[in-house]
This record gives sequence, structure tokens and C-alpha cells, in this order.
Amino acid sequence: MARRAYVRVVAEFSEEGRITPLTVEWEDGRKFRVDKLLDVRLAPATKAGGQGMRYTVRIGGRETYLFEDEGRWFVEARA
Amino acid sequence: MRTVLHSDLNNFYASVECVYEPSLRKVPLAVCGDPEARHGIVLAKNELAKATGVKTGEAIWQARQKCPGLKILPPDFKKYLRFARMMRGIYADYTDFIEPFGLDEAWLDVSSCHESGERIADELRRRAKEELGLTVSVGVSFNKIFAKLGSDMKKPDATTVISPENYREKVWPLPVEDLLYVGPATKRKLWLRGIRTIGELANCDIQLLRGALGKNGEMLWNFARGNDCSPVLPEGEAAMVKSVGNSTTAPRDLENDRDVYLVLLVLCESVAERLREQSLRGDVVSVSVRDCELNTRSFQRKLPRPTALSAEIAMHARELFRERWYWEKPIRSLGVCVSGLSSQTEGVQLSMFPEANARRYELEGAIDEIRRRFGHGSISRASLLADQRINCINPREDHVIHPVGWRG
Repeated sequence: MARRAYVRVVAEFSEEGRITPLTVEWEDGRKFRVDKLLDVRLAPATKAGGQGMRYTVRIGGRETYLFEDEGRWFVEARA
Repeated sequence: MRTVLHSDLNNFYASVECVYEPSLRKVPLAVCGDPEARHGIVLAKNELAKATGVKTGEAIWQARQKCPGLKILPPDFKKYLRFARMMRGIYADYTDFIEPFGLDEAWLDVSSCHESGERIADELRRRAKEELGLTVSVGVSFNKIFAKLGSDMKKPDATTVISPENYREKVWPLPVEDLLYVGPATKRKLWLRGIRTIGELANCDIQLLRGALGKNGEMLWNFARGNDCSPVLPEGEAAMVKSVGNSTTAPRDLENDRDVYLVLLVLCESVAERLREQSLRGDVVSVSVRDCELNTRSFQRKLPRPTALSAEIAMHARELFRERWYWEKPIRSLGVCVSGLSSQTEGVQLSMFPEANARRYELEGAIDEIRRRFGHGSISRASLLADQRINCINPREDHVIHPVGWRG
């Protein structure tokens, strides 16, 4: 079972309103650079529950989802 | 021929809760109103709860009797509004003609789209699932009534097409009460005349229906035959309603005139505020009263001139109540409704005391503005301070979830 882990995100906001997450800070303080943004769409977080704008990103060679729900960002973490 | 869709978000509130907490899918779940405020009824349930016979609208204790392990959650309307808005965003990718019917249902006129109604319906279902995590049932037809019937026929997550070619096979065998506007009273009248299915309604003598149900009989007869040409009204225009009303179940049974006047005042303020917001006024005031045994009565009167002033509406509501209610039983809920609507810009017979009236409008307009900027509770009448529990009723924000009355 997964849970929603809320994270701190540094992002860039373009003139057109596009948001590109640049770094993600885990709950334990570890920071990760987002290597690439692969996809953005509305989607439910099927493992941890919740819903929002889903950013598919590559971090350290691995693909993961970052969700933005009403201004708060979360990842699906192992419970 | 038109192509009209009716889209219905399945078990809406309960489904949203399951999106946030996927483990809830594995237990019977009901979203229920607050029993403390005596709104303790089932508002929505998931499929597992439905399988045990739990029904929307029944009391929590009844639901628990049928389903002892029922998990109960309070409603989170902010969340539901957000999902309703997102779903509307999806609809808007296909048409501007979207007529909401409550939070979880909407009609869409997709006649001018290049794709078929069925394709669009399937796409709506796919997108609701992929983007929101919810399922919808969609009815596809050539009018609103059959589209709505279609969305009710197969649930959850299904498309049902009712065409001019197949409606006799698909719609006519259904029980007559499945038709929009056939409530318990109408159903009884139809049954008495041997009309039990929609097909029997469609094929009966229209004179018989006119005699039994008046103008409504004719309307239902036409609905049953697929002759409904009411347009899908874009949001905003759909708000061109025939009446503006509010009702509330009081936090405790009301037992005297004073209690009732206070609740009426709260309701009248909300109704008047909404009238002014839409630049409307009305000249018929109705009061409906439901006693603690759930018997409902309503009274109405015509006013000498149209109004959108809470003080004036409240005065008439109070008088109506005083003249017509004899206090046989305590009161559970009250409603106030203003109809006979006209625009505030239309000509009107002037009052003998125009200045007093103009000042009242200014005063109530100022209150609207204060509430808009600082919240509903930021200003209230001193008379309401006497009973905080009644004063905390906010009919406007508590009741945005109910469908507005709709009539083709």
C-alpha cells in the first residue's frame, strides 16, 4: 500500500503558465534534480489515492510521478 | 435531428472519496450528512454498500441496519465541487451547450460535433476514468428526456444509445416512474388508470391524461413519445429559472412562531440575495412546511408589487405562516420560494413611498457586498443572535448541491 508523501518543489513558471518542476525535496531533506519532464496531464494517483495534475518526470534515470493538487505537491511513497 | 448526451457521475460523492482513499473501495461506504445538525441521511454510497440495499436518502440508522459494517464519511463539498468543475472542463472540450443538473449530472448538445454521439460518450467515459479516476454513465439520444433515461439504464461506466429506431423496444417497457417528472403522486394517478409502463403512457388517449394530470399529462405523453424539444441551455441561461427558493432542515424541531420567524428570516435573506444577484424580483411568495412526521404543506400569496427585499419577503412569509399554520405538530423543515419573476430593469408600478424602498435596496445591497467580501457570517441581524444554532444556518452555501428545478 502506498501513501501520499508531500514534498517541497522548486519549479519554473513560464510566461504561458507552464510549470516545470526543477528540484524535488523529499520528506527526509534529500534533494533531487528533475532531469526531464516527460508528460503532464490530469490523473488520479491510483496507488496512494488523490488526484491532480500529474507530472511524469525522470529523476536519476528513473521515471516517477509528481502530483500537484491545489498547489500542494506529492509523490506516491511506499507505506 | 439533435444529438443530446446526458452524463451522470456514478455514486459521485462516494467515488470521489474512493479516489482519495483507494482502500475504501474494498468496504461498503456511505457519505452521509451531519446527524448532529439532523441532516443524517445517506447522500451517496459506493457499489458495495449499494449491493447490501443501502439507498440514497435513507437515515443512517436504516442504512446501518442493512449493512452493519458500513463505513460512514462526512461530505466534503469543496472536493466535490472541484471534481464537478474538472468534469465540466472535459465536457467543454466538445460543446458549449452544457446544462448542469446538480453537481453530478449534465446534458450536452453535441449535434454540431463531427463525431457520433456514441463516440463522444465513450470518450467522456474514458477521460473521466483516466483524468479524474471516476466513472460516468452516458445516455445518448435525440432529446433530453431519453438521454437522461439512457444514462440511468446501465451503470456504472456505460454508454446507452436510445435512437428514434430503438426507443420503442428500449424505453417503452420501462416502468412509468422512470420518466423524469413522474414522482410518487403522478405514478399513483397513472397506475389508477392502468398505466404502468412508459409505452402504455405513450399509447394512451391524451384526453385521459389531460383529465387526470392537466397540462402536465400532455407534457408526459409527449415525453414518452420522444417529443421533447427543450433545448440544452448553456450554463447561465439555465439559471433563467422560474423561481428562486431555499429550504432547510432546522438543527432542532421548531415549536413556536418565534423559532419559525427566525428560520424564515434566514431563508428570506438568502432568497432575496440570490434574486438581487440575478437582477430579478418576484411577486409570488410561497412557504412550505414539513412537520416532524414528514407531512408537507405549502402556502402562497401574490404580492401587490414585485420585490427582491428580504424584509418584504419575510413579512409576507411570516403572515402566510401565521394565517395558515395551526401548530398541530412541531416543524422539521421550512422552505421559502419566490416566483412570478421579472427582471429588475423592467417597468414596475411605483410604490407610494419610493424613497423608503430605494433606501432598503441600498441597505440590502450593502449587506450583500459585505458578505461577498468578508463571508456570510460577517454580518447578521440582531434578532438572529438570540439563537446561534439557527443563525449558523447558511442556506446559500449549504444548498448549492441540489439540482435547480428544471422544466422543458
